[in-house]
Amino acid sequence: MARLSDASIAKINEICDRYVDEKTPLMMILSAIQEEYGYIPLEVQEIVSERTGISVAEIYGVVTFYSFFSLQPKGKYVIGCCLGTACYVKGAQQVIDKFSELLNIAPGGTTEDGMFTLDALRCIGACGIAPAVTINGKVYPKLKVSDVPAVVEEYRKMEA
Amino acid sequence: MAKVNIKIEGISYQVEEGMTILDAAKQCGYNIPTLCAFNNGECSRGSCRVCLVEVKGARGLVASCVYPVNEGMEIIISSPKAVAARRASVELLLSNHSMKCQQCDKNEYCELLHVAKVTGAREDRFIGSQTPVTVDQITPSIVRDTSKCVLCGRCVERCKNAHGKGVLGFEKRGFNTIVAPAENRSLADSPCILCGQCVSVCPTGALMEKSEIALVDEAMKAGKYVVVQTAPAVRAALGEEFGMKIGTPVTGKMVAALKRLGFQKVFDTNYAADLTIMEEATELLGRIKNGGKLPMITSCSPGWVNYAEINYGDLLGHLSSCKSPHEMFGAILKHYYAKEIGVNPEDMFVVSIMPCTAKKYEKERDQLKTNGLKDVDAVLTTRELGKLIKRSGIDFTKLPDEEFDNDLVGDYTGAGVIFGVTGGVMEAALRTAYFALTGKEHGLVKFEAVRGFDGLKEAEIDINGTKLWIAVAHGMKNAKVLLDDIRAGKSKYAFIEIMGCPGGCIAGGGQPFVKPQFLPNEDADILDTFKAKRAAALYSEDERQTVRQSHNNPQIKALYENFLGEPNSHKAHELLHTTYAARVAFTEK
Repeated sequence: MARLSDASIAKINEICDRYVDEKTPLMMILSAIQEEYGYIPLEVQEIVSERTGISVAEIYGVVTFYSFFSLQPKGKYVIGCCLGTACYVKGAQQVIDKFSELLNIAPGGTTEDGMFTLDALRCIGACGIAPAVTINGKVYPKLKVSDVPAVVEEYRKMEA
Repeated sequence: MAKVNIKIEGISYQVEEGMTILDAAKQCGYNIPTLCAFNNGECSRGSCRVCLVEVKGARGLVASCVYPVNEGMEIIISSPKAVAARRASVELLLSNHSMKCQQCDKNEYCELLHVAKVTGAREDRFIGSQTPVTVDQITPSIVRDTSKCVLCGRCVERCKNAHGKGVLGFEKRGFNTIVAPAENRSLADSPCILCGQCVSVCPTGALMEKSEIALVDEAMKAGKYVVVQTAPAVRAALGEEFGMKIGTPVTGKMVAALKRLGFQKVFDTNYAADLTIMEEATELLGRIKNGGKLPMITSCSPGWVNYAEINYGDLLGHLSSCKSPHEMFGAILKHYYAKEIGVNPEDMFVVSIMPCTAKKYEKERDQLKTNGLKDVDAVLTTRELGKLIKRSGIDFTKLPDEEFDNDLVGDYTGAGVIFGVTGGVMEAALRTAYFALTGKEHGLVKFEAVRGFDGLKEAEIDINGTKLWIAVAHGMKNAKVLLDDIRAGKSKYAFIEIMGCPGGCIAGGGQPFVKPQFLPNEDADILDTFKAKRAAALYSEDERQTVRQSHNNPQIKALYENFLGEPNSHKAHELLHTTYAARVAFTEK
């Protein structure tokens, strides 16, 4: 608990209070925290529990149920590869494998420099442009394995 | 409520509208096999799919535990389709189950085994992957083994209902789902208070007490002077392990069994309950007189003490410094009685039979050692005592009634007996406090206001013009209300009794399982009435006692005269009082 700053604790409490009139506020609170900090570690869940009266066990259950929530900090750029049925038959597995190989991380992992996180997503509803990849919300349609190195390079250059 | 006409197996019945098919069928005389369903919906409803039945016109089979009856509904339980589906549901559960039935402590009361028998399920029909397993046996109290979990959610709900914020929850998703404290931590690193309520509702061996029978065996084998004491609530329930009706007091038979099991002495913890009252009532009156911290809160329940240390570290000064009765007894046995009978305290091994899993943890506390010796060496639950008796071949029901040992120590009063039920400690303390303040016995003896199973009870007691507000809470959800008031500085009470388990020790986490499918001779509403039945057994024992006030226990009087001096004396503090320390809910990893 001690690792969080007073400002962070105040912010989390403020987020909890935002949804105080909701019947089931947990999803909204967690979404807002995920957006604010990029992840929801146990210390943060304890503060949410204290503020809302919802048990840590239940909060942890929700966080681990939805792949949208993360227990670990994410990289600056979050690469989401859709592995839904349409994308999968269009070769999405090879695409994500290529990202994996180039970044040297498994799906779900983050590069050591904190630059990239690679996420495997279920259907994102963009089947018409399969296989689809999103990076921080920007959509890369009909991505081929051979396009992947250029995409990674694009971001590396931006940071260089 | 309106009635509806339904048909089960072609026979017409009238039942209340809105009932589930499962409950309606039960009322009409049909036991549909079910695994997850529990009393008052204390489960994640409809998860096990064992209670599938056919309903004419419905799409597919329906889970009878969640499907409400409606007018004209035709239910078929015995159709080949429904029978096969129920069997397959159980077989799928078995395919992800550890199947080590012979070495499972829950074997005799396993509801999964029961539905497997009823549905004719085979353990090897589906062979597939198994969910990664966690076996947590770090706490001295409870073993959590996910390989036996059927994800019924009863423990999750019970923990929440009893204690407000539950410790257990569902984690992850799909095939990887487990029930665990956050981060799949050990119970030891979580805010768990080890009360064992989860154990008492778990249908399988996924949650079970950590057995200490082997410790007792070893001590006997090593030739130790092994003495045993039994908590008040044990006598009100032990008979259930041997098919006796719930609420049958078996004090005499229990003593007879223990004497046959090789214990050198068989004592009643009630003696120490009387001692606790002497210390606690004196402490209370002292606090009132000297402006000490009020309200004072009882400290007999180790589940409650755990909760206080984890959640209300700032209020620990309100807890009575008295050790719990069995710990007091342990200290007296090793540091007084042993000397009197010429036994080396280090050779003495004290076993407590308790209705409680948290007591197993309690006895390991550093604060409960005297001169380097643990006050109590092993704690067996009521259920474990049942096993010990069965294993030795004793026919419990045919035993004669025998008396507890009471040379020097062991005599007890009615006040000690009622410790086992919510309100009992309060009532016992009031009997003695009344005497201490007025010099007279309370005419009625009984204090009705603190009896019964309301979650929170309060009363204003007038003792010779001294008015005291008192309160009784059981289950941490109820206790929290009182504690938050104390924290906010607006508590009007002088004395509060708190018990960890809802109902008090009679419904403790170590008591015999109350599972209707294994109790064909009990009433249908036994899950709602068993607490009152066990409590009645204790109150009747109180009424049978000629001495019903702790301060009138002749051996307690003698103990003070010959050894301790007076209540709260220096010697008493050394042996009978303890300290507490705040803890964090989630220990840093």
